[in-house]
Amino acid sequence: MKQRVRYYDSVGSRVFDALNVVVLTALALVTVLPLLYVLAGSFATESEISSRPFFLWPHKFVTDTYHYIFSTGTFVRALLTTVAVTAVGTVVQLLLTLTMAYPLAKRFLPGRTLVLNLVIFTLVFSGGMIPTYLVVRDLGLLDSYWALILPLAINPFYLIVVKSFFQELPEALEEAARIDGCNELNVFLRIVLPLSKPIIATFSLFYAVGIWNDYMSPLLYIDDSKKWTLQMIVRQLTAANADSANVLQQLETVTFPEQGLKFAVVVVATLPILFFYPFLQKHFAKGVLIGSVKE
Amino acid sequence: MATDLVPEVAQPAADSPRPAAPPKGRRRTRTVARDLLRYRWLYLLLLPGLVYFALFKYLPMYGLTIAFKDYVPFLGYSGSEWVGLKHFQELFTGPDFGRLMFNTLLLALLTIVFVFPAPIVVALLLNELRINVLKRSVQSLVYIPHFLSWTIVASLTYLLFSVDFGVIANWIHGVVGGQKTDYVAQADWFRPLIVLQLLWKQTGWGTIIYLAALAGVDSQLYEAARVDGAGRWRQFWHITLPAIRPTIVVMAILTSGNLMDSGFEQIWLMTTSLNRDVADVFDTFVYYIGITQGSFSYATAVGLFKGVVGVVLIFGSNFLAKRLDQRGLF
Repeated sequence: MKQRVRYYDSVGSRVFDALNVVVLTALALVTVLPLLYVLAGSFATESEISSRPFFLWPHKFVTDTYHYIFSTGTFVRALLTTVAVTAVGTVVQLLLTLTMAYPLAKRFLPGRTLVLNLVIFTLVFSGGMIPTYLVVRDLGLLDSYWALILPLAINPFYLIVVKSFFQELPEALEEAARIDGCNELNVFLRIVLPLSKPIIATFSLFYAVGIWNDYMSPLLYIDDSKKWTLQMIVRQLTAANADSANVLQQLETVTFPEQGLKFAVVVVATLPILFFYPFLQKHFAKGVLIGSVKE
Repeated sequence: MATDLVPEVAQPAADSPRPAAPPKGRRRTRTVARDLLRYRWLYLLLLPGLVYFALFKYLPMYGLTIAFKDYVPFLGYSGSEWVGLKHFQELFTGPDFGRLMFNTLLLALLTIVFVFPAPIVVALLLNELRINVLKRSVQSLVYIPHFLSWTIVASLTYLLFSVDFGVIANWIHGVVGGQKTDYVAQADWFRPLIVLQLLWKQTGWGTIIYLAALAGVDSQLYEAARVDGAGRWRQFWHITLPAIRPTIVVMAILTSGNLMDSGFEQIWLMTTSLNRDVADVFDTFVYYIGITQGSFSYATAVGLFKGVVGVVLIFGSNFLAKRLDQRGLF
């Protein structure tokens, strides 16, 4: 953004600036301090967690909780499940979104408006939880990992944003390829996709975060606790009304760091997202804006 | 389509006799067939997406018919018996309706009052921040919670507010004294915690769209205003605020369309046996009676009612926005 010419600095204006800095810094702190506390807590001893009110650096570093959760079959299985479902799901979502968005970006394609309207209608109105559940059930997807992927395969919002992006690509390039004898499929694969790397990066990360964080689908569609994802474990271990006795029985052990466990599980479920966040951040503002500014 | 190689089958002039050419139906079929062949690759690319929308978006809409039936799984959609508006009658006259409506609307009201304005205020403050490094760091940090799951947010709430070792719970106890309160389980604290969670999770992310609108303001406007002697406040009032007004309207329309959606995951995760009475909203109720109790038809009726109200709200607020001389969403 361009540096603006300096304001005429009245006293009021300077007081406002100072207050503004304080308020926004406080806001940033309120946002991250809970996360840093959980990270610190996950490395602290049980007694420190229950005796010290708040800390960002444990007196004594211990990794008991991590040893414990990574030696627990239920947890490791859930982690691997989540990683696999997220990876496969993101690929499926991207494929479906990109292939559908490209034809919809072609103004000359007969039937395009009809399809677009059908897509937009789903943003306003949907069958809702139960009818969707019944479809998933009737397709035989209950207790299948596909139930975590297929019902969410295309996000209509993302689809429309990607479509707008394709529309903005220079038509001349595609035209040239067509004259050189490319059919539409080749134009799409060789010209359009390579030009779309930023948007592919953005939406693969959005989709990945979506599946990784999804709690409703496993809750609805997965009964078998062996197929639980990480979010289910997080919920079972830490939520307010969690039936912890039951879950801990499933976690197969007698002694365990009870409080530290909650901290560590939250950390493990959050870390991949925070790890990718810096890469994601470069792109997402742009990705979001392509979609929103046009309105 | 000027490049059409096939000769134009032109519309006959209104008063000329019907042409001897093949009847309309067949001609249309042939045109469709020709288009399908001509754009076969594009249609092929479109196909998987169409299947997705048909299966997971439009088939459930057909499934809504069971709201008017007594759905019996082994009889299927078509075999189950029509019962008209029975389930809706049951809903409207039943003991739950008033409570669900009250809880849903109260949460919506709290969201509009506290959560909706927050990103606008923060975006405006960020926009006035003159230290660019600080501005960028604050932005990077406040976006983070948007990417965390509701289960994580619920866990954080528990870790901070629970009675045994919650930091904030202990801190409040230290200041106020008296009996320790279990904020997470108590009904009185359900709504404040929901609002706090929404504020923490969504405020930062919500600023993106307003910041974009603000970045789009022509800087010449500010220069001109300054030449005319406008101070900072006047520039804010006459340039900055009007610049984001259309964005605010669009976001308000979108929000009002979602009034009935209380966010299933968030509410469900924060519901305990002690706060059920204030926590139950339409979304979670549909889950209870539908999935956990198997009353598919009744649950579908409740969901359909909620969906229809949502559609009415979004069109209503769009209409209102247009009447108030704004552009509206569509």
